[in-house]
Amino acid sequence: MIPPAFDYARPTSLDEALRVLADGGEDAKVLAGGQSLLPLLRLRLAFPELVVDVGRVPGLRGVREDGDTLVIGAMTTHHEVVRDPLVRRHAGLLAAVTRTVADPAVRHRGTFGGSLAHADPAADLPAAVLAMDGELVVAGPGGRRTVPAREFFVNYLETVLEPDELLVEVRVPKADGWGFHYEKFHRVAQSYAIVGVAALVRRDNGRIAEARVGLVNMGATPLRATAAERALAGCDDTQAVARAAQSAAEGTQPPRDTSGSSEYRAHLAQVLTRRAVLTAAGMG
Amino acid sequence: MTDQSTDRDTEREVGRGRLRKEDARLVTGQTNWTDNISVTGLLHIAFLRSPMAHARIERVDVSPALERPGVVAAFSGRDLAEGLGSLPCAWPVTEDIVLPDHPPVAVDEVRHAGDPVAVVVARDRYAAADALEAVEVDYEPLPPVLDLEAALAEDAPLVHADKGTNRSYVWPLKTGEDYEAVKRRADVVVTRRFHQQRLIANAMEPRAVVVTPLAASGEYTVYSATQVPHILRVMLAMVTGIPEQKLRVIAPDVGGGFGSKLQVYGEEAVALEVARRLGRPVKWTESRSEGYLATHHGRGMIQDIEVAATGEGRLLGLKVELLADMGAYLMLVTPGIPILGAFMYPAIYKMDAYDFTCTGVFTTKTPTDAYRGAGRPEATFAIERIMDELAAELGLDPVEVRRRNWIRHEEFPYDSIAGLTYDSGNYEAATEKALALFGYDELRAEQQKRNERGDTVRLGIGVSTYTEMCGLAPSRVLRDLRYGAGGWEAASIRMLPTGKVEVVTGTSPHGQGHVTSWSQIAADVLGVPFEDIEVVHGDTRAAPQGMDTYGSRSLVVGGSAVHRAAEKVVEKARKVAAHLLEANENDLDFTDGVFTVKGSPEARKTIQEIAFETFTSHDVPDGMEPTINAEHLVDPENFSYPHGTHLCAVEVDTETGRTRIRSYVCVDDVGRVINPVIVEGQVHGGLAQGIAQALYEEALYDDEGNLVTGTMADYLVPVAGDLPEFVTERTETPATSNPLGVKGVGEAGTIASTPAVVGAVVDALRPLGVNDVTMPCTPERVWRAVHSAKEASA
Repeated sequence: MIPPAFDYARPTSLDEALRVLADGGEDAKVLAGGQSLLPLLRLRLAFPELVVDVGRVPGLRGVREDGDTLVIGAMTTHHEVVRDPLVRRHAGLLAAVTRTVADPAVRHRGTFGGSLAHADPAADLPAAVLAMDGELVVAGPGGRRTVPAREFFVNYLETVLEPDELLVEVRVPKADGWGFHYEKFHRVAQSYAIVGVAALVRRDNGRIAEARVGLVNMGATPLRATAAERALAGCDDTQAVARAAQSAAEGTQPPRDTSGSSEYRAHLAQVLTRRAVLTAAGMG
Repeated sequence: MTDQSTDRDTEREVGRGRLRKEDARLVTGQTNWTDNISVTGLLHIAFLRSPMAHARIERVDVSPALERPGVVAAFSGRDLAEGLGSLPCAWPVTEDIVLPDHPPVAVDEVRHAGDPVAVVVARDRYAAADALEAVEVDYEPLPPVLDLEAALAEDAPLVHADKGTNRSYVWPLKTGEDYEAVKRRADVVVTRRFHQQRLIANAMEPRAVVVTPLAASGEYTVYSATQVPHILRVMLAMVTGIPEQKLRVIAPDVGGGFGSKLQVYGEEAVALEVARRLGRPVKWTESRSEGYLATHHGRGMIQDIEVAATGEGRLLGLKVELLADMGAYLMLVTPGIPILGAFMYPAIYKMDAYDFTCTGVFTTKTPTDAYRGAGRPEATFAIERIMDELAAELGLDPVEVRRRNWIRHEEFPYDSIAGLTYDSGNYEAATEKALALFGYDELRAEQQKRNERGDTVRLGIGVSTYTEMCGLAPSRVLRDLRYGAGGWEAASIRMLPTGKVEVVTGTSPHGQGHVTSWSQIAADVLGVPFEDIEVVHGDTRAAPQGMDTYGSRSLVVGGSAVHRAAEKVVEKARKVAAHLLEANENDLDFTDGVFTVKGSPEARKTIQEIAFETFTSHDVPDGMEPTINAEHLVDPENFSYPHGTHLCAVEVDTETGRTRIRSYVCVDDVGRVINPVIVEGQVHGGLAQGIAQALYEEALYDDEGNLVTGTMADYLVPVAGDLPEFVTERTETPATSNPLGVKGVGEAGTIASTPAVVGAVVDALRPLGVNDVTMPCTPERVWRAVHSAKEASA
């Protein structure tokens, strides 16, 4: 398809980027890796007047440690996240989830922050960052603010980001010692998850001490399976986990589309939560 | 019959796994894809398409678009109707077929989402696309017609109101005994309804057309990403009234078709008409999502099938009633596609009665037409699936039921109940080989164990012992089927003065590797090196005669023509050689490109030397035309009948409904093999496409008639990672109806694999009470099948 006409800016510093965004207002759109925006443009589902390409803004790419926290630059590509030794050591769930994103071409261009800012509930990363209790660092004209992932995602393709703000980095607590697993259920390799379940499990004396479960494509935003998380605490065998997983879809409003009905998604969430938690807990 | 592969001379080209000559340019894109073609002053066309499935066009005003920057011209359907006739349907299958008008751009009514309503011509593609928004159209919505059965009801809304019916035709075929009579003496009758979902071809190269006019002489060159440049030329001459001799059609390298480019499209006619009106070169290239609406779809049938059999599982009769979705219009061969299938329902089985009826039905959806296999996969699916059901009904192994009914090797040639003469086949050999490679007995044992344990992940085994009719087609058979053209193919060989060779073919490859295979065939006959041969194709001026490429016909018919033409060259060269060597023609041997006189091998002339001697013609035999070039046209005497046995093992997760193909074995008998690498590639691609129908792909419409699988995000095309490793083997029973012994391989994998996969899914779930899953077997459909079987048994 042919995108509509738009102006294009390629700032070379964060300040310039923020200035351009502030000037562009509601009609500006940030271009990171382009793997979500460009399809929207080509299908004429988005009509920005101005596309702000932040690919040349320095300091937004890479992974570093900050005490017990891992800091991932928003412009770090999926491919880099998957390969990064710090991510693998301290946030294995993110590496496991990111490995399933689309196909290699997309993973080489698409970015960690871009996927989060796009806030597609069917995307893999938002639910994973939510499960990790991550925080998103946002730069704006008034400086920086830090938003917990639980507050970042507002609605379908909607976040707390203001038009003049830019997601610059993501902070996730190191999950050393936690077991993790991602169950992505999709029909063909490059397609979105019908449902995905990202699980983190901390065990103590053979029991599940704490479980965090992020749900992909079970509502207008990425979700935590809070009822299941509560029920999972204290589980010490597979049957108990299976019982706890039955509440995985509680409180969700899963969508209905060509890949599956709401009812089917709710069912999948239970099965996949059981499987993800058992694997994460080493009980599978 | 002997297996020719065992005694073949290893020096010969035929049978060698040559890498494809054309791949360097195709793979790197350093070639003339139609969209790569650019000429000075080129204008770009964009089509405004109906957002509605069915509506009356109250008003179209293109004038606001003319105000937009870069726009040169704009036309409504009515504007264009002054120069363009109806798009052609070359296959009116019955005398009383309802054949509606099909304007290239809609005039009074739009009849499917994507039906074009206006055309904008601009200096660049972006300007053309932007200006579409300025065209004003008023639609008066009409009710969509979506369901095949509802469309035939008395009070159904009509797709073509002036025709008074949505029934396009009823085509019957009744052969052998009376079906109802044999049914009365049957011990068992099995009835099923199968759905062939609509499919959308996904050629890597989208459709594209470029037209360059030569105003002074009224000549036009049409470049099109088409499978059928020769047919396109004839049809465009008819649709536009431009004299045929003023039209040159070129199919440059074409990136896949799968039947979707076996068509004469409105966009091609419009491009030609716009070039004529403006006297300027024009281009149109479809986008993927535009193609999903505007490129014809495939399949789309409801199949009611019934078999009557004895208690031992011997077939007595077969009854098939089809409802075939034509879509909104009859395109080039739309009505004929299910009719091709009519001959294939009896497949490899013997029976006493066959009763077939096909009803063509109009709907307000994108027209259907050829899609890889074209009628034959649908037939194969239905018969193979009902053979599974017959086996289940009788408690027999599905392979055993097939064995009890198939035509035995010693019975060939065999006249099938549908009226075809199968020249050759060896179903026993292919099946035995496949069963051994697959480990059939071991897998059955594992399946039983899992069933006994009540595993949540079940194992299923599917089998498909298919045949197909290829090598389309004997022209007289086409006459009897009311097809509007012949089925011959042409080839000519040009011996160049330097000893190199041009093979001119009427086939039009779009990925099949004809350049390589034809070189191999010609190299062996002429005794010239493979590398010295170039193949010319896809240009009505350079390769003036041809019937193009579809229906696994190119090698069987076109390859045979190359072979015969090369033999003619040798015969002509023999005359010149005899003259130059002062010997009798009968005393010459011809081996590896060299004529020698029997008994005196030092007296020799190479065919390259003869080519040069003929070029100078200083000393050729008296009265001989100064050329050894030759041409040959083949009209096949029969179809060819590839066959084989495919076995598929799937694991079905009953908790989620996911199907995973665990192993896939196929043994195909495509006759003699020219190039095993190309054959394997065709089988792999065919399997992928057949598996895609079984598990993944489906064009879905909503209740308003909108295509909801309008992009690749929703229309799921599997990629390599979704497919298993294929075990591909062959048996080789040469066809007797052509000099090469070949049968064609372009569609075999697609035809065979779909029922093998679905059969395996059903086999996995049968112990749970499931006896069918509608295609594609999506996880949710499988889950629901398990779920409702559980509820039924509870």
